[in-house]
Amino acid sequence: MIRVVLPPHLRGLARISGEVELDLPAPVTQRSVVDALESRYPVLSGTIRDHVTQARRPFLRFFACGEDLSHEQPDAPLPDAVVSGTEPLLIVGAIAGG
Amino acid sequence: MSEVRVLVGTRKGAFILTSDGKREHWDVSGPYFAGWEIYHLKGSPAEPNRLYASQSSGWFGQVIQRSNDGGKTWGTPGGEEMPKPDSPPAGKSNKFVYDTSTATGKPLTTHQWYDGTQHPWEFKRVWHLEPSLSDPDEVYAGVEDAALFRTTDGAHTWQEFAGLRGHGTGPMWQPGAGGLCLHTIILDPKDAKRMFIAISAAGAFRTDDGGTTWRPINRGLHSPYIPDPNAEIGHCVHHIAMHPNRPGVLFMQKHWDVMRSENAGDSWQEVSGNLPSDFGFVIDVHAHEPETIYVVPIKSDGEHFVPDGKLRVYRSRNGGNEWEALTKGLPQTNCYVNVLRDAMAVDSLDKCGVYFGTTGGQVYASADAGDTWSPIVRDLPTVLSVEVQTLP
Repeated sequence: MIRVVLPPHLRGLARISGEVELDLPAPVTQRSVVDALESRYPVLSGTIRDHVTQARRPFLRFFACGEDLSHEQPDAPLPDAVVSGTEPLLIVGAIAGG
Repeated sequence: MSEVRVLVGTRKGAFILTSDGKREHWDVSGPYFAGWEIYHLKGSPAEPNRLYASQSSGWFGQVIQRSNDGGKTWGTPGGEEMPKPDSPPAGKSNKFVYDTSTATGKPLTTHQWYDGTQHPWEFKRVWHLEPSLSDPDEVYAGVEDAALFRTTDGAHTWQEFAGLRGHGTGPMWQPGAGGLCLHTIILDPKDAKRMFIAISAAGAFRTDDGGTTWRPINRGLHSPYIPDPNAEIGHCVHHIAMHPNRPGVLFMQKHWDVMRSENAGDSWQEVSGNLPSDFGFVIDVHAHEPETIYVVPIKSDGEHFVPDGKLRVYRSRNGGNEWEALTKGLPQTNCYVNVLRDAMAVDSLDKCGVYFGTTGGQVYASADAGDTWSPIVRDLPTVLSVEVQTLP
């Protein structure tokens, strides 16, 4: 069970309370997690990554296990602790803009 | 008795202000979409309880929200049905993708950047939503980087009018300080194929064939800050207003200069007259007097606040050149707010109500065509847009 924590604005937009839990086949990657999020919550399409380029939006970051995974390749496997559900994948709005 | 509903977009959410036809006592609801920028929200003239809102964020991009009950509940269109209030939205009404198909004319893929180089068109946000005059499911959207989109299915899907961005001058369009934004859309109530749009800082354009082809309508505009002050494009048009009974007569607040056109934009004449400053953003027309217009002068392009610390709406009753300051009920000392381009509107009651919002978060109303003013609310986030609905 993959656990995902979304920033408050996106939780409000998708009417989510707490963490999102996803069952995903291996390999679990940033791309497969976001694909699953957008499938379950279509309103999130385009909010985490660009509609066309599929690139992560500039002011969103991916963190897990105390590491910044934002610059990992989208198809790189996520850490084992995320795959096992021990640690959540954190999607975080950057502190930017004053 | 009639009811008035004022739709207010702010930097941190939307608010809806309602009153009866006396316009003395107001109910304030909101914030809706708290924490998001609401550049604009507007109701359908064909079905007034159908509202559309542009919700955006530098972090999370663009979302379009829709209400079918006058703003009590909202959802993102895109599913088969609107979501129930407590369930996740099924829709994804946020996909604005520039048309790059060969079938529609190989539209341009670059415009001029601040440093003079060519830069790809990049969608950023929807600045303005203009619902059709006759179909509640049809809405036009002006976006940054400048382009015009339309939905005909209630905001489920959006398609670009590629002929505008593909206009031959497109590579010379350059962003203003606020970005390369299409911020004004005016539909001609007497000619369904004619509409007017304005882009900062490209200028004004008109279509006479329903959006397929466009022509610049900037003759007579004079902008000393560009290399050719009489250029066909490159003018920083801030806003345009039209009275629905006289769609050939247009009024414009430009970066500097207040302008008037008698021929649907084919040519313009300056009508700044005795204004203390002809810089500003908003301009609007009285609901029942097509020659009565309103502006809020701003000190300068370097100092975006009202002159002399006084918040003054200026009214001309003869279509420009002769202006009177309207000050009763407005702060006349130590006031340094701005009024942004979409932040003024008029109702259609008799007497005509006039409304505007400020960067300081106040929304002011006048129930007597501007003679006297009072604040509806004083402490909202920065007001980006104000629209008014007059309901039976």
